[in-house]
Amino acid sequence: MASFDTFRRGSGISSGCSCGEHASQSEHDFACKVTGSEDERYSSFVETAVMRAVFPHTPTRRAFLKTVGSATALAAVSQFLPLGSVTDAFAQGSGALEKKDLKVGFIPITCATPIIMAHPLGFYSKQGLNVDVVKTAGWAVIRDKTINKEYDASHMLSPMPIAISMGLGSTPIPFSVPAIENINGQAITLAMKHKDRRNPKDWKGMKFAIPFDYSMHNYLLRYYLAQNGLDPDTDVQLRSVPPPEMVANLRAENIDGFLAPDNIAQRAVYDGVGFIDILSKEIWDGHPCCSFTASKEFVTANPNTYAALLRAIIDASAYAQKPENRKQIAEVIAPANYLNAPVTVLDQVLTGTYADGLGNIKKDPNRVAFEPFPYDSFAIWILTQMKRWGQVKGDVDYAGIAKQVFLATECAKVMQDMGMTPPAPTKTIVVMGKPFDPSKPEAYVDSFAIKRT
Amino acid sequence: MATSLNLRAALVSFLLLAAFLLVWQGATAGFGGTSGGLPAGMDPEYAKLMGLTATTGKSAMPSPLDVGGALMKMLSDPFYDKGPNDKGIGIQLAYSLGRVLLGYAIAVLVAVPLGFLIGMSALMSRALDPFIQVLKPISPLAWMPLALYTIKDSGISAIFVIFICSVWPMLLNTAFGVASVRKEWLNVARTLEVGPLKRAFTVILPAAAPTILTGMRISIGIAWLVIVAAEMLVGGTGIGYFVWNEWNNLSITNVIIAILIIGVTGMVLDQILAAVARLVTFPE
Repeated sequence: MASFDTFRRGSGISSGCSCGEHASQSEHDFACKVTGSEDERYSSFVETAVMRAVFPHTPTRRAFLKTVGSATALAAVSQFLPLGSVTDAFAQGSGALEKKDLKVGFIPITCATPIIMAHPLGFYSKQGLNVDVVKTAGWAVIRDKTINKEYDASHMLSPMPIAISMGLGSTPIPFSVPAIENINGQAITLAMKHKDRRNPKDWKGMKFAIPFDYSMHNYLLRYYLAQNGLDPDTDVQLRSVPPPEMVANLRAENIDGFLAPDNIAQRAVYDGVGFIDILSKEIWDGHPCCSFTASKEFVTANPNTYAALLRAIIDASAYAQKPENRKQIAEVIAPANYLNAPVTVLDQVLTGTYADGLGNIKKDPNRVAFEPFPYDSFAIWILTQMKRWGQVKGDVDYAGIAKQVFLATECAKVMQDMGMTPPAPTKTIVVMGKPFDPSKPEAYVDSFAIKRT
Repeated sequence: MATSLNLRAALVSFLLLAAFLLVWQGATAGFGGTSGGLPAGMDPEYAKLMGLTATTGKSAMPSPLDVGGALMKMLSDPFYDKGPNDKGIGIQLAYSLGRVLLGYAIAVLVAVPLGFLIGMSALMSRALDPFIQVLKPISPLAWMPLALYTIKDSGISAIFVIFICSVWPMLLNTAFGVASVRKEWLNVARTLEVGPLKRAFTVILPAAAPTILTGMRISIGIAWLVIVAAEMLVGGTGIGYFVWNEWNNLSITNVIIAILIIGVTGMVLDQILAAVARLVTFPE
């Protein structure tokens, strides 16, 4: 099957090829040029992308391919575009580094653990990179600084690169997610006064804080509320609040609770202003949260540097995933240069032995996990929620956008090069007991009673 | 008589400060804190995972002694540099001052000549008035997203915001100062057939200087107000970033120290311009 089936954009076009997936046989041939060898698969992917760039209008492209045949079309396009070099950009990664001094932005939360710890623990320097990890004041700022090329790569909420690539809340700029930062590791925290009001059905009229509109926190909290019969737009108030302000606002009783990264939740407990109601893994065990991102432009201009950076992140994630290393990591990322937070708080987040704020010590070693693989289905789920809550309107090319932004194949290749076994490219997703089928995203959106479509 | 008044004023200031510190100390010490024991029924294992505020009821507000101790520690090593996100308070202050002075200098270069133009020409004064009236009341921070988007560099954006907020008071004061130069002086200049350029520099400038300096003094105050907020937004370096970083850590002690330092620096800047203003003031 065509693993880079990027031509099939619009829906409702009758199938006309042998596999039934493409509008015409020539398109099928073009997309199915994927064969066993890795190299060919990369070149095919790049070629499809280039064809799409040259002929953005789908019917024109199809007509062109149909008349001249895909091989001729490619030959013609290659005349004007150095396809070879673009292909090389994706396939290589072990050559000389184009750029050694890099700036990587991060937000001071435990989600960024691999990006941050790779600095003091030497994962960047191991790859020959001289990386400055720069603390940034907020999600909108990290987005703008990355788009403005002040940062070469950065830590973003995983829906952000999708939103940026689609032009939601900014001009559309192709971004890529070669690695997820963390799995789980968020929590719903409520003010102490609500300790007897833990059933979400009773939360009508409450005010909740989330870090950003394009965040897993937003989608998970909305999902949780809606699943409990509350409309997140009319029954409660959701506010975008920078994480450090959340604890201060909770103390001042401006908000009733928040869904935020665990170090913020744990800080609220540590300061005695709130308690942890549920961990985000109780909504969806294994959900992605933050991501490691770079613009497509940076990727193509600096393929070797990019691959080295990715190796450093994957290496750091693998190190952070081991429970025996977590205590050391907590100490390493606590100083003012990184998270600037008490070690006790970070330790509880990373080891999963934590105070819940109600007098109990809980133990959950999977409170946060660091598994870098960017499954397509993660991106498709995020897109379904963007659609569900009206952030995107009209037809969405779920699989196409997911493939463009979440570079699962790329990540698998780097993992293989490093001698790791990449996970299977599909993953079962179950959110609050409801299974998600990434091949039927539209039906999934329609299946919800509370939605904005 | 004057010295004795100064002495008495200093004494009252000192007494006010002492009273304030005493009340502060008393208020923060009041919330338990001294007992040190755990609340009844709290598991010691659990307590280890919690902060002092939650376990011993220690006030989240530091006492003046805590702040003083932390301040001494910070001032003993103001120029350390432990990487891009952790620099000494002296370095942070230098970054902020550099931004403010640069933005402010550009504002002076724009505002004073433009102010002259507006003050000397009734036509330009009326023509530019609507723009100035609309642009003047805009909160400088409202410019920040636009600046980041168009300039595409956070450092320059911060300087731009300083510029745009400090330009208006100077512009208006210069225009006003220039427009209200006594007619007799201008007439004398005209009688002596002084050229317009010479008139501007030898008659109008000295006459309007006190007003212009007042505008510059207002502007530097505003610029210093804005830099803290701007740096909190863009981050990276500067005293505003320091406040944000310590807020992130919910460290009230360091935030109070930063507030103190910001206040003292603002006062010094203001006093410098006040001294310059005294130099150009003339008795009538």
